[in-house]
Amino acid sequence: MTYLPTADHDELRAVVRQLAQERIAPRAAQIDDAAEFPHDLRELLAQQDLLGTCFEEKHGGTGLDTIAQAILVEEIARADATTSLIPIVQKLGALPIIQAGTDEQKDRYLPRLASGEWLIAFALTEAAAGSDVAANRMRAVRDDDHYVLNGSKRFITHGSLADVLTVFALTDPEAGGRKGMSCFIVETETRGFAAPRVEHKMGIRGSPTAELTFDDVRVPERNRLGAEGDGFRVAMATLDRSRLSIAAQAVGIAQGALDASVSYAAERQQFGQRVADFQGIQWMLADMATQTEAARQLTYAAAARVDSKAADLPYWTSSAKLVAGDTAMRVTTDAVQVLGGYGYITEYPVERMMRDAKITQLYEGTQQIQRLIVARQLLQRAGVAHRGSQ
Amino acid sequence: MKIVVCVKQVPATGADKRYTDDLRLDRSGVEAIINPLDEYAIEQALRLVDDGSVDSVTYLSMGPEQASEALRRALAMGGDEAVLVTDPALAGADEWATAKVLAAALDRLAPDVALMGMASDDARGSLVPGAVAAMRQVPMLSYGAELKVGDGEARVRRLSATGFDWISAPLPLVATVTDQVGEPRYASLKGIMAAKRKPMQTWSLADLDLPADDLAGGALTRVTDTRPPEEKPPTERIENLPPAEAATKIADWLELRKLI
Repeated sequence: MTYLPTADHDELRAVVRQLAQERIAPRAAQIDDAAEFPHDLRELLAQQDLLGTCFEEKHGGTGLDTIAQAILVEEIARADATTSLIPIVQKLGALPIIQAGTDEQKDRYLPRLASGEWLIAFALTEAAAGSDVAANRMRAVRDDDHYVLNGSKRFITHGSLADVLTVFALTDPEAGGRKGMSCFIVETETRGFAAPRVEHKMGIRGSPTAELTFDDVRVPERNRLGAEGDGFRVAMATLDRSRLSIAAQAVGIAQGALDASVSYAAERQQFGQRVADFQGIQWMLADMATQTEAARQLTYAAAARVDSKAADLPYWTSSAKLVAGDTAMRVTTDAVQVLGGYGYITEYPVERMMRDAKITQLYEGTQQIQRLIVARQLLQRAGVAHRGSQ
Repeated sequence: MKIVVCVKQVPATGADKRYTDDLRLDRSGVEAIINPLDEYAIEQALRLVDDGSVDSVTYLSMGPEQASEALRRALAMGGDEAVLVTDPALAGADEWATAKVLAAALDRLAPDVALMGMASDDARGSLVPGAVAAMRQVPMLSYGAELKVGDGEARVRRLSATGFDWISAPLPLVATVTDQVGEPRYASLKGIMAAKRKPMQTWSLADLDLPADDLAGGALTRVTDTRPPEEKPPTERIENLPPAEAATKIADWLELRKLI
């Protein structure tokens, strides 16, 4: 196994970096300030085929390997975390279809997602079921060749924008969330569906995080992904792969903050010299750089294991997300410190990056959940079953 | 209708330019890009493909082997194939030698329009297009803000002090366009992937039946010295003053230079 970037990876990075610098970075402050979804950048990414990297060529995608997909997310997040969520969520929402869909379901939905014509969202979390996925309460009741969905979802990224959703609902409440949950493809034009509210957030403010309500939403049976009761397994298999995108996003945010810190320190004069000439600042910059690089390399190592279908994949992707998320938080916090008072105001991008970084410690499994996953993998390797509450 | 776009690989605009002992550009370790002004020529050619008036676009470059990267980047934006003319004997080629090589290659490619950027970002001689047209004894339409082709002729819209002129000439010809063409497109990911499979040929001087002695060795110009541009004095800033006082200072400054 190799996880050194290839010439193709370098080329992709150069292309995305140029696009991000020229077209995305100049919009970042505005997107954050107005808390508006960047429809123009969604259009741009679609045009450049950058929303289809996780889809096979036969479905209209470009079928890039997972390291390349991480590089894409990283370079966009370096300019703007909100915009990086467009390819991230396109993959997250589609993973249940990619992993559990029939050929017919894939042919029906994936091409429109690969081209960026449609956006998708992943609707798992509920108000009372965050980390505790098995506590989901949303219901799907069979009615002849349809299911009738009732209930609500919360914290659904792009939920208010999406043309289609992958939704998790209980088909067998007796069996509980682990064994009684199923996954459905739901087109948001379906009667009874609504996205009544979006959250006001600390960071990633241009990315709408929606509450979704389902009021007798009728979904044809052919839109069920996998068998009845497969939902929990599909959700976990999705998150095992998708959290790698969050690791890549976190690396990008950290790198963006490091770049801003280095260029500021090289310009800013205090006490008659450049701030960058103070050893105290140099040590901070060096720590920020090495930590970011370590997080990046762990992310690529985990990405390579997605493609090699490693049996212990959760160990790798959770480790990468844990390290990268914490790194992004630390590096962006230090970036604000390097910039001093200027770091705290919106004239410079680092305060936004610090607010954006926080979410990488929370979504797609909190850092605490990542630790549980890593620990369980360790116990499994040692041949010891864990005895936790979940 | 066939267009050949001539493309030059140059050091990145912001790159620190160094020279070898014999006063040639040291390309080692310097990021290289497509000459930004050539990107407008590429964009113009691809727009003519998009509107159906051109059938094929070929890129032509003369340069070291690494110039194939620039051709690959151009192919990622669109177009069909590329030709790189490279030969050790071409090191140190001046505008005249370059034009001679490009003219010979264009004789072979026989396009309706040989399209070029208005200048290169590194040398900025702007001599090659005219020299190529003269050597091939074809008309030249220069500094187009837009190029149109059809009915056995090409036309450029050239901005003037009072408006613009449309200038036309019969095909085949050489044309140059400016940055007025419009923003060059970004290569899409599918474009980049497709570019890897597009044909790229490499020609030597022997392939063009050009004797090496006639070219770089016989360059008409010679670089005798290089130096960086003189540094500008630091910007004088008038700030943190009451408006009236600042205005007086600015007025004094302008008056001293007889500008008001």
